[in-house]
Parts: sequence; structure tokens; C-alpha cells
Amino acid sequence: MTTASPDTLLCLEAVGKRFGGVRALSDISMSVERNRIVGVIGPNGAGKTTLFNLITGAYRADSGAIVFAGRQITDWPPHRIIRAGLARTFQNIRLFAGMTVWEHLLVTQQPKGNPLRSLVPLRWSNPAVAARAEQVLKFFGLEKYRDVLARTLPYGIQRKVDMARALASGPKLLLLDEPVAGMNHEEADELRKLLLRLNEEGLTILLIEHDMAFVMNLCHELYVLDFGVRIASGEPAAIRSDPVVLDAYLGSEAAC
Amino acid sequence: MSTYYAGLLADIGILTLGALSVYVILATNQLSLGNAGFMAIGSYLSSFLTVELHWPLTGAVVAAALSASIIGIVVGFPALRLKGIYLAIATLGFGEMVRSFFLVFSPTGGSGGYHGMQHVALGYIWIWTAGVLLMILLLERSHLWLQMRAVHDDETAAGLVGLNTTLIKVGAFGLGAAIAAVAGALFAHHHVYIEPGNFGFERSIDFVLAVILGGSTVGVGALAGAGLLVLLPEWLRVVADWRLAAFGALLIIVLLTRRQGILDRPLLARLSFRSAGT
Repeated sequence: MTTASPDTLLCLEAVGKRFGGVRALSDISMSVERNRIVGVIGPNGAGKTTLFNLITGAYRADSGAIVFAGRQITDWPPHRIIRAGLARTFQNIRLFAGMTVWEHLLVTQQPKGNPLRSLVPLRWSNPAVAARAEQVLKFFGLEKYRDVLARTLPYGIQRKVDMARALASGPKLLLLDEPVAGMNHEEADELRKLLLRLNEEGLTILLIEHDMAFVMNLCHELYVLDFGVRIASGEPAAIRSDPVVLDAYLGSEAAC
Repeated sequence: MSTYYAGLLADIGILTLGALSVYVILATNQLSLGNAGFMAIGSYLSSFLTVELHWPLTGAVVAAALSASIIGIVVGFPALRLKGIYLAIATLGFGEMVRSFFLVFSPTGGSGGYHGMQHVALGYIWIWTAGVLLMILLLERSHLWLQMRAVHDDETAAGLVGLNTTLIKVGAFGLGAAIAAVAGALFAHHHVYIEPGNFGFERSIDFVLAVILGGSTVGVGALAGAGLLVLLPEWLRVVADWRLAAFGALLIIVLLTRRQGILDRPLLARLSFRSAGT
């Protein structure tokens, strides 16, 4: 059982999930401290994406509790969890087919003030939304793609748009589902630098990743899952030499 | 203006509203084939209010719209569990249910129909049509509309990036129902006689057809579609008995060449750019 300190942003207490007879996750406990970059690794089918879907409310946990920013979010619907300050990206990107890059950066923001203002043309009702979108657009260097339909862009750029969309909502915690999948080495390194900059500005990041080099060079702390069970956790250097991890994950990967 | 053209223009105004009622629901990727049902509710309710209770027409139209929107929201909730063709069939069932209700509901004349309404001027119809169209055009620039488009494109992802998809989908049904009820109220006070047969399946199909033909991704598409749907069969009178067949053929050609309908965002952007340039 993890104990929640004031520095804990996200805390999972013995969270479990089964699909029919399959135990996707059993008794997972973990905590993400503020302003840290935490990675979740493990072989395919270890339950990493299920873990994300539980945290964001896409699935409901069968047992255990999830606490985010001091509040029990275990049974909340996704939109409520996201509004509490969490944002995610998708393994398969999932951009909106009819929207430009610019529109992706507007849609996830919650216009402030009277909810009726969301009925009025954005230009008149909420200039702050456009300002925020502009800021995120610049941060990711997406200015030249501003009015392009996002789905028509190259894969690497689409990944950035997915991340920018999540970031536009101004989250406290960013969840990244395999952010460098399909990227080449240079693109991955560029992304690593972007994430480090975001972290310096105070963003907490939780990510799932297969690319070991990327994870080792970026994360402050790692959790290792295998068959839905947490088999190890700690600093990257310790994980790298943990025999249990080597056997379950690195070992099996080296074998194939 | 001749009565002939005044009649056509009134039809276009009412059909534009009907098309818009489908458009706002379609904007969240829900196809309703039952909007004639909401139209019937607006039609009968407003007529009852003006004839029996001597309400002023505008008050009756607003009351009809509000009542229909509540019914639309009630219909919208079970519709959340249905998608695509299943939702279309369920809404079709709703429309037929409303029609059959008025067929046997004797206080509003049952199958004999209902009359006694004051005839409204063409201008009054178009004030409503223009007002609702303008409202939709403004709404299209709002944050809510972006949320609706997100639900349209990928409902699951929309929920997972923080949008309240339930509220958005049910709200769209409520707004669509209100607009259909306005169309119904104007229809009743234009024709001054209504019967359940006015609000059959073909009426719902006309609404959908106008949206698909005019352009299902922009609000003004409803206006363009309604105009074409009313005027084309008239213009095609030169081919006499073949006009409906010719109309059908034209429709297929348009849909084959422009699946998104005649108007879409890129075309509107080009048109407005050109007019701004000259």
C-alpha cells in the first residue's frame, strides 16, 4: 500500500481489473510524485494500456482506488477526470478526421466563466482559448501546419498534434501512450527534449513505452509490469540491472 | 409576387428549418429519420395554443419549440445506446409513433385533421428561417460546435480528451427537435389545415435529403438543399411526366460526384476569399 504524501499527484492503491476470466491487472499500487517523469514498461500484454484506461476512466476498476490531486476519481466518467487536470495521448493517435491542427488545439480547452459562453462564436467569447492554442502551436513547432487537416499529415507530425491536443487543455499530469512508437531516432530525441522542457516548466508526466533507451534517458522512476503484476519499481539504473526484470522483459525480448 | 412563387418560397423556408433540424443532430454523427415526428408535435401543439387558447402565434411557436426540445432530450437518452443504422431505425419508429398518436388523438381531430389557424405571411416564415439559420451559423463558430464535431469524428476519443459526449449528443437531439417543431408550427399556420399524413416518413426523408444534397458539413447546405429540393422538380416540368425520374437521376449524379453535398467548408472558404478579393 502506498501512502499519499502532499507531493503525490496520482496514487493507485491495489487496483485490479479483469476481462472475463483474464486478470488484466492485479493489485497494482503506484504513486506519481509532482514534477516527475515516471515510466511504465513491460512486455506486450503486460497491462500497460489497461492501466491508462483505468486511470482515465475509459474502463472502471474492479477493485482498489485511484486518487488524483487528493480526490478519489475511481468511479468518475472520463470527461470529469480530464477536467480535473489529466490529459492523455493515444497509442494509435486518434485525431479527429475533419479537424485542422488548429481546431485540435481549441477543442480540448475548457472556456472559462459562464458555460453559456461556449455557445457564442469563440472569437467574441474567449480570446484566451486562441492565445493558449497559439502558445502550444509554437511550442511544438506546428505553425506551418496550422490550417491543415491533421489526419493528412505525416505520422511523426500527427504524434505531435496528439500531444499538443492533450497539452492544450492545461493538464497537471500528462499520460503518454507509447509516444515514440513509429518515430526514428532523431524524432524520438527531439521529443525527449520537448518533454524535458515541459517537465522543467512543472508538468508531471506518466508514460508507457517500449523504446528502452528512450525511457532510461528520460524517466526519473520506472514501474515494470508483467502479466498484469507489478514486478519491480525504482530508478532506471536499478531497473536495468534487476534480474527479475531482465528475465521477464529484456531477457524475453533478447530471445526473440 | 404570384401565389405560385410565394407558395414555393414558403415551402423552401419550412424545408430549410426541417433540414437544419436534421443537420444539428447529424453534426454529432447521429442520423434521425424521425424529425417529422418532432415537426408534428410542434405543428399540433402550436395550432392548439393559437386556436383553442388564443395565444399569439410567436408565443405558440416558442412554446412548441421548448416542448419538443424536452421530448427530443427524452428521445436522445435511449438513442445514446444506438449507433448508425440502428439509431436511424429507432428514430424512424419514433416518427411513426407520433404520427399514429395524432391519428387516434381525438382532441386534435384524429385522422380528420385539424384547422382554424390564422394564415401567416411569407415574411413571418422567413424571419424564423433566417433567424434560426443565423443562430446555427453563429453556433458553428462556437466552442460547443467544435466539441460536436469531435464527437462526430471519434466519439470515444472525444470522451477521453475531456468532452461530455452524453450531454453533447442529447443536447443535439433537443436542439434538432426544437427546430423541427418551429418548422411544424410555421407549416400549420401556413397551410391552416394539418393532418397526420403531413408528417409521415417521406417528410423525414425530405429533411435528410435536403441536408445530404446541399452539404452535410455546413449549415448553409440546408438552405441550398431545401431550395434545390423544392425548385428542381418545378424547373424540370419541361420534361413532363419524366420530371421525378429526372430529379432522381440528378440526385444520384450529385451524390456520386460530391459525396459531402454541394456545399462544404473548402468551397465556402474559396467563395468567401473570392468575394473578399473583389
